[in-house]
Amino acid sequence: MIQTIAFYMFAVLVIASAVMVITARNPVHSVLWLILAFFNAAGLMVLVGAEFIAMLLVIVYVGAVAVLFLFVVMMLDIDVAELRAGFVRNFPLGIVIALVLLAELVLGIGAYQVGAIELGTPMASDAPAMLESNTGAIGALLYTKYLFLFEAAGLILLVAMIGAIVLTHRPPKTKRGHQDIGKQNRRNPDEATQMKQPTVGKGVEL
Amino acid sequence: MTEFFQSLGMSYEWAWGVATISGILLIALPLMLAVAMIIYVDRKVWAAINLRRGPNVVGPFGLLQSFADGLKVFLQETIIPSAANKGIFILAPIVTFTVALAAWAVIPFSATAVLANINVGLLYILAISSLSVYGVVMAGWASNSKYPFFSAMRAAAQMISYEVSIGFILVSVVLYAGTFNLNEIVMAQKGHGFGIVNGYVFNLLLFPMWVMFFISSLAETQRVPFDLTEAESELVAGYQTEYSSMSFALFWLGEYANILLMCMLNALLFFGGWLPPIDWAPLYYVPGIVWLLLKAFFFFFMFSWVMATVPRYRYDQLMRLGWKVFLPISLLFVVLISGWLMATGHYGAAA
Repeated sequence: MIQTIAFYMFAVLVIASAVMVITARNPVHSVLWLILAFFNAAGLMVLVGAEFIAMLLVIVYVGAVAVLFLFVVMMLDIDVAELRAGFVRNFPLGIVIALVLLAELVLGIGAYQVGAIELGTPMASDAPAMLESNTGAIGALLYTKYLFLFEAAGLILLVAMIGAIVLTHRPPKTKRGHQDIGKQNRRNPDEATQMKQPTVGKGVEL
Repeated sequence: MTEFFQSLGMSYEWAWGVATISGILLIALPLMLAVAMIIYVDRKVWAAINLRRGPNVVGPFGLLQSFADGLKVFLQETIIPSAANKGIFILAPIVTFTVALAAWAVIPFSATAVLANINVGLLYILAISSLSVYGVVMAGWASNSKYPFFSAMRAAAQMISYEVSIGFILVSVVLYAGTFNLNEIVMAQKGHGFGIVNGYVFNLLLFPMWVMFFISSLAETQRVPFDLTEAESELVAGYQTEYSSMSFALFWLGEYANILLMCMLNALLFFGGWLPPIDWAPLYYVPGIVWLLLKAFFFFFMFSWVMATVPRYRYDQLMRLGWKVFLPISLLFVVLISGWLMATGHYGAAA
């Protein structure tokens, strides 16, 4: 009963906010609706008992990705009329993507009716771990059966990170604007200041 | 509590609903009272360090000052700037306040007194605290004004930066405890220091993590010396510049609820939570919540102490500290701690 109410609440909110993402006129509103959709999707995952994934969804998507998204969208000066013009031009492409998504959905539903997917079938040694909390279960699978895939994913992320740093890092061309923190901290009053005793009517030579 | 309401003759659903709502009220209402009093404590400590008297007019020793302020704010007019984005402008303080309260659902006040004793408690807190940036960003953007917007940008960058190192610090605690459940993390600290003292802070590998966690929690709650989001010398009052009346009060309450939460987390994760400081039987007769509140109060005193003594950081120094100091050190310690745990054979004990 409680689960049913909660399920319909989350489900309706996910769909409603997803619709609002594409219909909202203001891009910032769109991002905020998207965040609401993420949040309710996390709620749905809690309901099916995948609380670890749900929390990761909130931490990664809501806490990091969407913040940066919002950050960028807020700083852009977006002209809605220009976007409308683009809409007409990109309409055929949109239709193609929509068709692909529709085909995927149909395939997905078709595959669902064939039977359960046996992706995460544990090896004999992992079986006890699967009975534990789902954090432990995910860990047991990731670090045994899918160890290679997991490390490959980590490597790809590392390459992406280094790539981003290489693309954005520019060595300072001039010394201007460059700070040497250690040098700043080493400064002391004796070498940074001079005492002068100017007589009346005479300036100070530095 | 559900059983109690069921014994009154309610069906399970109704008993669950009533029990949950009363549990929420049992946490939220004392929390609001605690926030009011802790603002008073903050001002008193600050004043004492500055050799001033602090609030001393309303009520005995000025104890009712926060309530007087609350009443004043409540009676003011709510002003919404004409150029503001109205919906988000109103929503922002509500989001801040709600998120600040939501994190308290998993805090264990004693071995049994916890609203939601979930397995991923610590992850939940991390998730909720990463949400708290939205209130600030929404407020800054919706105000449609220069300084609040600068403040929102600063807040977003600052909170993301420090969340990374906080994440690694929490990972090292989780590695030691072997669980995300806050109650079990507290129990794992029992007799941790030589079998005498309770708390991870007495561990040589975790002590530096606690120091970093304390500083990061100052940054995460935007307290001095990291209060660049409301730097009054540069940004008027930061993201809350355009707010008045109750919407302003909601920001204020949310901010202090977050500070109290961080104090609680310091106590729970590193100082043994509701366990007495020394693992000695007679001390266990004191209820756990007393120990927890004492520890949290001590940390709040440290927050105020820092506020009264330390000048504000410059923004690039803040970023440097987060990314170039805390992140590498915490990453190094995650490796060190997991290596130590593997070497001493802790691995597999809990998993």
